[in-house]
Amino acid sequence: MSGLAIDNISMRFDLPNGGHVQALQDVTLDIKEGEIMSVLGPSGCGKTTLLNIVAGFLAPTGGETRVNGHKVEGPDAERGMVFQQGALFEWMSVRDNVSFGPRMAGKRKSDYMGNVDHFLDIVGLQDFKEKMVYELSGGMQQRVALARCLANDPDVILMDEPLGALDALTREKMQSLVLKLWKETGKTIILITHSIDEALLLGERVLVMAPRPGRIHKEYRLPFAEMGVGADLREVKEHPDYAPTREEILGMIWDMEEEIMGRTEGEG
Amino acid sequence: MTTVNLLCTFERLGETQTELRATPVPEGQIVGETFTPAEGCEVATGWEVFSYQFGTLGSELATETQNVLVSAISGIPYILGYILLIVIFMFVWRAIKSFLTPKRDFTSLKTVTFGDESAVRSETAASILSVIVIFIIWGTFTGSSLIPSFLHLPGPFKGEASFTYTALAPDGTTDDAEVFVTVLDAGEEAAEVEIDPGDGFAKNDQVAVTIYRSEIVTWDRNDDVSRRDDAARIVAINGQPVDFDYNAEDEDGNLLQTPPSFDLDFARVAITNRGTINVVPDQGWQMQPLYLPAPEVVWNRFIEIAKYGYQNVYLTVHLGFSLFRVVVGFLLGAIIGIPLGYAMGLSNWFRGWFDPIVEFMRPVPPLALIPLVIIWFGIGEVGKIFLLFLAALWIMAIAARAGVSGVRITKVHAAYSLGASKWQILRHVIIPNSLPEIFTGARVAMGVCWGTVVAAELVAAEEGIGKMITTASKFQSTDIILLGVIIIGIVGFGIDMLMRWGERYLVPWKGKA
Ligand SMILES: Nc1ncnc2c1ncn2[C@@H]1O[C@H](COP(=O)(O)OP(=O)(O)OP(=O)(O)O)[C@@H](O)[C@H]1O
Ligand SMILES: [Mg+2]
Repeated sequence: MSGLAIDNISMRFDLPNGGHVQALQDVTLDIKEGEIMSVLGPSGCGKTTLLNIVAGFLAPTGGETRVNGHKVEGPDAERGMVFQQGALFEWMSVRDNVSFGPRMAGKRKSDYMGNVDHFLDIVGLQDFKEKMVYELSGGMQQRVALARCLANDPDVILMDEPLGALDALTREKMQSLVLKLWKETGKTIILITHSIDEALLLGERVLVMAPRPGRIHKEYRLPFAEMGVGADLREVKEHPDYAPTREEILGMIWDMEEEIMGRTEGEG
Repeated sequence: MTTVNLLCTFERLGETQTELRATPVPEGQIVGETFTPAEGCEVATGWEVFSYQFGTLGSELATETQNVLVSAISGIPYILGYILLIVIFMFVWRAIKSFLTPKRDFTSLKTVTFGDESAVRSETAASILSVIVIFIIWGTFTGSSLIPSFLHLPGPFKGEASFTYTALAPDGTTDDAEVFVTVLDAGEEAAEVEIDPGDGFAKNDQVAVTIYRSEIVTWDRNDDVSRRDDAARIVAINGQPVDFDYNAEDEDGNLLQTPPSFDLDFARVAITNRGTINVVPDQGWQMQPLYLPAPEVVWNRFIEIAKYGYQNVYLTVHLGFSLFRVVVGFLLGAIIGIPLGYAMGLSNWFRGWFDPIVEFMRPVPPLALIPLVIIWFGIGEVGKIFLLFLAALWIMAIAARAGVSGVRITKVHAAYSLGASKWQILRHVIIPNSLPEIFTGARVAMGVCWGTVVAAELVAAEEGIGKMITTASKFQSTDIILLGVIIIGIVGFGIDMLMRWGERYLVPWKGKA
């Protein structure tokens, strides 16, 4: 079976002062192959922790994750990551960054170079292949990160606020790009974001998480991602269902944030 | 054999003084039982020992502080003068510049420049001027021929001059005679000239003095009267009367009058307490060549040593040995230190094992190890290279450790997710990522090594730039010492420039991540 199964995962961090943080509690999720899911939630609700567990950087204190039918034990090329920023290798050219995965796997240059060039073309960096990473703008660097991830041909792509550091305009363009890549490659994608619009536009499924302990609060299935492929995202926002869904989720997260604030004030 | 601290009280020059004395206890005696301290002494308690030591230390340090403060304060006018010079040059330069090209670049449009770090650049004109000023000051104080003579400070008096003295004979008569003074350059021989002795009982004298020296004139040597037999004495110099009788003493042998001295236009002339005349030619304001040779002297020395060597060793050999030691020591330190740093950055066990060693050795300056290294290895190359190896080792290890610790975890995670193995991550992520840190470490290490090698050579070496300086100091060849210092500075600067250039070339991404 391919796809991703998150089965009853719990994560508890023991703190040096003797206390502990229950970052995740009994999270269960099934993601089918080729699905794109966005994750929303107030700060500190365990989104990054969940992603790190799926990526294999963290071992959960309870439960397990299964990808393509086997248990996740550590990081692997089948699960690619796109970080917010700072994950590119500055000492390599754009092309060397993008071909990093295949090179590490020991593939022959003739076998991977076509692929690398193809993805660089798709993300619009055909003229910057020989440039060093530090010569690119922030948006271009994120496109390199996307291309690098895709050129390694993973089954699942995990993104932790990949567009968080970009300006609004670049961000919109990148959102279209992500949708396009999703459709073209048919990858399974989990995308964490703080932007409700981004979550609605990019997520076939939108997961809203709640904090303390981190858990799934509500899940939506939305048509906007499918609509957005190859279309103007601003038009998608005109859809009659869009604004009410947005309001609902916004209110939900507001309430959670308020509760957190109230609780901290009450404690302090 | 045991030792005991005795606190002794005694009288000296009418004052009661206390002193702590460490005294051996004689064989077979036991302190507190059979041991009796010397007269006026008693065995000191622990507290007395402690307070005495800190009391002496305190008073010594107080005196030293006073000395330092006095020296520092006496330097303040010079510092202020120098600052004034800098500021004057600055205003002059600004005036010239604004007059010539009123430039309008981005920085010149900024209204807030004071406190805006990015608006402060190193002004090239100021750098050039500061170097020129150093050479001018140097030339001014040494009477250098490289700068026009109106910039020279007054030099020492050279050439011929004379003054007259008036001698008093026992019968009460006086007579004038002239003293011809020739002030010679160092090493110059006085020309033999017959002088006219003149008339009267006092005869003319002649004396040759080397610059920066003084000479006693035994004026009565050729006179008809003498100091010893006739108690003849001088009663005037250049017509100015002197009232000084060197024979008038009290019963303790102390003079009743202070010996007088005269400031003539070319020299200071003083009558000694034996009645002779001491001639001190005017020394001017310049530095003696022994203290500070002129720039062109140093330059000529440089040419000479470069061509013919110093004490049968060529300059290239001196320099070559010093550089050889630095390069070999540094390379060995880097070869061991970088892997050590990586190991410390990647493994808990290695970090735990080496942390105490590195943290202990880091603050120990390599110079402090020179005596030990000489005892262990002698003064051969092995010892010096070992010293430089140690100097470079800790710096490189710490730099490599910092380089590994400085890798962003997202890069490592990204590499793992792209399927890299541990070895590939070390090779393609951790090592390149640590290169900027390693280069910074290498620059520091090279600087430290260069400083250490010179110091080590000062202490023990057959050749090397430091050895050249030590040898020169034995012969008081200040020009060579100065030359050595300048070469050390230039080579050190050159090494740093080379490292910076290498850094720009090899790690162009530094500071841009
Ligand atoms: N290594 C750790 N040690 C202890 N506590 C941790 C650790 N990592 C995360 N936590 C805690 O777990 C909780 C979830 O953290 P996480 O980073 O997953 O939140 P997040 O949802 O990604 O937040 P944000 O939206 O701000 O990125 C937080 O309360 C955090 O303090
Ligand atoms: Mg996060």
